[in-house]
Amino acid sequence: MRGLEGIPVTVEADVANGLPHVAIVGMTDRAIQEARERVRAAVRNSGFDFPQRRVTVNLAPAEVPKEGTGFDLAIALAVLRAAGRRLSTRGVAFLGELSLDGRLRPIAGVLPMARCLVAHGVKRLVVAAGNAAEAALVDGLAVYGVEDLHSLVDHLEGEAQLQVAVRSSLPANQGDSGVDLADVRGQAQAKRCLEIAAAGGHNVLMTGPPGSGKTMLAQAFGSLLPDLRWDDALEVAAVYSLRGAFSERADVPLRPPFRAPHHTVSRAGLVGGGSGLAMPGEISLAHRGVLFLDELYEFPRGHLEALRQPLEERAVTVVRARGAVRYPSNFVLLAAANPCPCGHLGDSTGCRCSPRQLAEYATRLSGPIKDRIDVVVSVPRVADRELFDAPAEAPGGEVRARVDAARARQHARASQLNARLSGKAALASCRLAPSTRRILGRSGERLRLSARAYFRVLRVARTIADLAGDDRVGDGAIEEALRYRSEAAT
Amino acid sequence: MTSTGPAWRRRAAAGWPERFEHLTEPPAGVWMWGALDPVLPCVAVVGSRRATAIGLDIASTLGSQLAEAGVQVISGMARGIDAAAHRGALDAGGSTVAVLGCGIDVCYPPEEAALRDGIVENGCLLSEEERRAQPLAFQFPKRNRLIAALAQAVVVVEATERSGALSTARWAADLGREVLAAPGSIRSTRSDGTNRLIRDGARPFLDVSDLFEVVPEMAPSRRVRSKRSLAMPRLDPDLEQLLLRLGPDPVHPDAVGRVLGWTAPEVAARLTALELAGAVMSLPGGLVARRV
Repeated sequence: MRGLEGIPVTVEADVANGLPHVAIVGMTDRAIQEARERVRAAVRNSGFDFPQRRVTVNLAPAEVPKEGTGFDLAIALAVLRAAGRRLSTRGVAFLGELSLDGRLRPIAGVLPMARCLVAHGVKRLVVAAGNAAEAALVDGLAVYGVEDLHSLVDHLEGEAQLQVAVRSSLPANQGDSGVDLADVRGQAQAKRCLEIAAAGGHNVLMTGPPGSGKTMLAQAFGSLLPDLRWDDALEVAAVYSLRGAFSERADVPLRPPFRAPHHTVSRAGLVGGGSGLAMPGEISLAHRGVLFLDELYEFPRGHLEALRQPLEERAVTVVRARGAVRYPSNFVLLAAANPCPCGHLGDSTGCRCSPRQLAEYATRLSGPIKDRIDVVVSVPRVADRELFDAPAEAPGGEVRARVDAARARQHARASQLNARLSGKAALASCRLAPSTRRILGRSGERLRLSARAYFRVLRVARTIADLAGDDRVGDGAIEEALRYRSEAAT
Repeated sequence: MTSTGPAWRRRAAAGWPERFEHLTEPPAGVWMWGALDPVLPCVAVVGSRRATAIGLDIASTLGSQLAEAGVQVISGMARGIDAAAHRGALDAGGSTVAVLGCGIDVCYPPEEAALRDGIVENGCLLSEEERRAQPLAFQFPKRNRLIAALAQAVVVVEATERSGALSTARWAADLGREVLAAPGSIRSTRSDGTNRLIRDGARPFLDVSDLFEVVPEMAPSRRVRSKRSLAMPRLDPDLEQLLLRLGPDPVHPDAVGRVLGWTAPEVAARLTALELAGAVMSLPGGLVARRV
């Protein structure tokens, strides 16, 4: 495997006269070399004879580096065949780690491997019972979940039949992350911004004093996003599978992922990394979902700079010792920050920061990152009185229905979300009336909008109009979008 | 033409600011760089370094209005109110004098280098410290007495209870200069100092016209904008209603929406309309306030 891409490996074995010895060749890593011992013990403990001769195992194509314990099962079968057992393994792929007593252990990355096998025309796959549900998610593949080596050999010799694993039905009501938008009291403007962001895929920055509810709003944001399409869900699950975290997606495969790495995360943990070939980082685990960066300014500057490419290209290329790997990272960035170092700027308790601290704080976010944040909203502290006496809030379901409708409009028009529109496409899709253009022109002078900011406003305004079901972007939508421009809140 | 560099002016030499003689202990001499107009009336505008956006707006507007009325604006080139006042005066094409608490060769605060150049060009830097003296805390009260001495009147725009601007006001009062203070909300710690000044007898400063009486040389006829000139063109009833709810104190849009019973999109769009009309300003922390 290289990222989410991989190629099938053929395992062949030869048994020749000589001193008892096992050699495994074919650009293998340490885990594969150790397979020697696991396979020998597993074969013996399953009641078969391990040939007491010279055994050579080759993993082809031999020039491609390989890693991991998933080859154990295939090596064992190749050795048994070479030793004279008649096993019908033609057209079947095998993935699994062996324990010393012959049982089969699940491995990480089965889902992306299964997807690659199908792409290469493999129709049947044998995995550990613990991996069966995961592999069965892939269409066009008959998956067999196997408990141990012995029962598999019985099956391959035609003495017993294994059941094909079936895809379990999807759990009903995958709806929420536990927090509904209605659970958040007050914060009308912030909620509106989240609705816009969910509809148009816009990146959002929430600023507000500590304890004002930014984190809760972020959690509620996850529940506003519509379910993933099956293909997309599979892609997301494949990334998780590579990290050995498939179980996190198993119950909610269709919900967009929500990742909230702490600001002490390493850069490799955030964008992907590791020795040899890079593993996917948090931004790829957030693929097709939400990346929530709380306390944005506490993240080291280098981390935030590293987000530029993923935000731009919706994918990240990570180069490590053994080559470059590309992982998808198409996420909505949801960031939260205190308005100033002490956290109380604009709050009734008053800010205690020096002007220099404030100036320094404002520069922590580099221009290129700021340019990719479409919506900035302030989240004020809500008075206790409001928390208890506020009228009932609109249930999140209503908002989600509006979001779904707005997304449908965008796909019908441009088959992509507004946040991804180029500046030119955004302008064209807005179909501004001359009077609306005048408002925008005036705002350019008065509010000192840069060209980039101008297009951000257009994209957000387009989404606002989509939420309202309007074909044209009117004065109101432009004016509302201007309010959420980053310059207003920072 | 301005002078090419700082020059030491001994007491009572030609070009010595006569008003320094009002001090019981005038300096033995001062470093000057630029031109101090001996004829123009002088008004000092001082206040907190940590000023609110509104305070900064008041200071720079006042700086401009004074400059337009032919008044030389005196201040201390500190961050915040002082810098805003200088800047306002320069923007309006006026002359402004910065009395420094550090040596004349030292640029403090460092980020105001451009402002400093502007002052040398259209006004004067002035310091009684050694040329390379660093800005040390004890030098600032001394500096404040020079500001007070130079000015005919001192306007304190925004000051907390412990602000250095209050020391300037005390010096000014001792020298018999008129002291004016811009009032603020009694709940706002940022205006504690100015509110106390008013309680203790300073004139409230509401408008540049409050200075006419104090500085008779100021010509009220010369393009001095009054509040009225900012009157809006006719607004639609919703905007009218929204504007009525907004005061000069910053509020969060959510609070306005709650009072008016409007949805967040309505509030946001209408606030922008008012902002574009110049009636409302956006402030840090996502707050809004009426522009006055």
